[in-house]
Amino acid sequence: MPPELLRMIIAAVLVVAFVFLNAMILGYMERKVSAHIQRRPGLMEVGPHGVLQLIIDGLKLIGKQLVVPEGSNRFLFRLAPLLSFAPCVLPFVVIPFSKKLQIVSMDISLIFILAMTSINVIAILVAGWASNNKYSLFGTFRSVAQAVSYEIPMLLSLLSIILMTSTFSLQGIIAAQKYYWFILVQPLAFIIYFVSGLAETNRAPFDIPEAESELTAGFHTEYSGMGFSFFFLAEYANMFTVCSIATVLFLGGWKGIPLPLGDFTGIVWFLLKVYGLLFVMIWARWTYPRVRFDQLMSFCWKYLIPFALANLLITAVVVKLI
Amino acid sequence: MSKRGYFGELWFGAKSLLIGLKVTIVEMFKPIVTVQYPREECDITPNYRGHIELVFNSETGGSNCIVCGLCARACPSDCIIVEGEKKEGEKRKTLTRFSLDFTKCSLCGSCVEACNKSAIDYSQDYNIAGFSREEFHYDLIERLNRRHIQPFAAAAGGN
Repeated sequence: MPPELLRMIIAAVLVVAFVFLNAMILGYMERKVSAHIQRRPGLMEVGPHGVLQLIIDGLKLIGKQLVVPEGSNRFLFRLAPLLSFAPCVLPFVVIPFSKKLQIVSMDISLIFILAMTSINVIAILVAGWASNNKYSLFGTFRSVAQAVSYEIPMLLSLLSIILMTSTFSLQGIIAAQKYYWFILVQPLAFIIYFVSGLAETNRAPFDIPEAESELTAGFHTEYSGMGFSFFFLAEYANMFTVCSIATVLFLGGWKGIPLPLGDFTGIVWFLLKVYGLLFVMIWARWTYPRVRFDQLMSFCWKYLIPFALANLLITAVVVKLI
Repeated sequence: MSKRGYFGELWFGAKSLLIGLKVTIVEMFKPIVTVQYPREECDITPNYRGHIELVFNSETGGSNCIVCGLCARACPSDCIIVEGEKKEGEKRKTLTRFSLDFTKCSLCGSCVEACNKSAIDYSQDYNIAGFSREEFHYDLIERLNRRHIQPFAAAAGGN
């Protein structure tokens, strides 16, 4: 077997395993953080402090029957969870976990990640359409409108970093943050990116596509068992991707206090920063109420896009002058 | 646009969002208020009204009950049965049976109010569950023995 092929197989297994592990860690973290914010103990029953609860939940979901609703498009209905899951795994291939822990180093890795995360919208559209359910359809409409509008400020805020580094390579962007993190010079871009990232991943307070009180569960109302858990895994994988882009572009990636074997142990700093950002996401979810749809749209078009454009313009002028 | 204007709205909104985050993070590090019930138990307030229980009189080493039957007559659900007998050489009747059918009791408290001798009071026991109806037919004399007389007898016997 050629060594390159073997390497790719090992990498693929590791990436999928990491996506599942990440969903478990985040699921546990979310339930524990929400519990402590509400001054409850949260998971306590399975294992010490409930650490094994998510394994039990996973087994339960695997054991469930996948119900296909009557009148739905059977093929598309079964396809949508895979369509959602597969593109969410792909960004992990180019994420630089450490200086030498990157599966494929591409010059256009940032564009690759952004393209892959955008496919999620199509999966949601297919899922909502194929379900033949009014809640799913309304959730889909909202989700697509939201994702399409929040893509604009997200890309504009990232573009101001690209102007400074003139590279799309994630390792190149980390290397450009040799003396300072870009959050210090681009705080506005960071905030705009993070808020759009929250909206892109359908997280609260922008979780109107799955607003429980109005839409039951939005686009995945009709899904059970592994169909549901693929959407669940994809959501958490997407959150990880969004936060790792933020880490790479604004927080210096795997850079930190040097550890022994620095080329590999940078992963400690990388994961620390990413899970720090993920904690902020969870913290925000359990703090803010859901926004109304018109508020969501006016916030994007009246505030995020003009500020992102102004930030880009100022960055361009400053980069030209220096 | 509201009266605050474009930038005023932004400033006000951002400030309120940060205040919200501060509230939740402060709550997060406060101690947990949930009691893990089957493993931990709450302290019950003294005026908790459970089922009735005979009061222990430490002077006589038994119950205050004089078998007058007022409680049984006051009970609207007929769930109390009091029986006693007059032993040789004693002035008063001795209590031989005090049973409560808790399945019929409505916890109205008329029996406790009717009692002249303060012989019955509300129990603090809230962990009552059972598999059959008969488990709720309480023998209050036996419960009194189990609570007060037997532990002291065991302690005395141990010496």
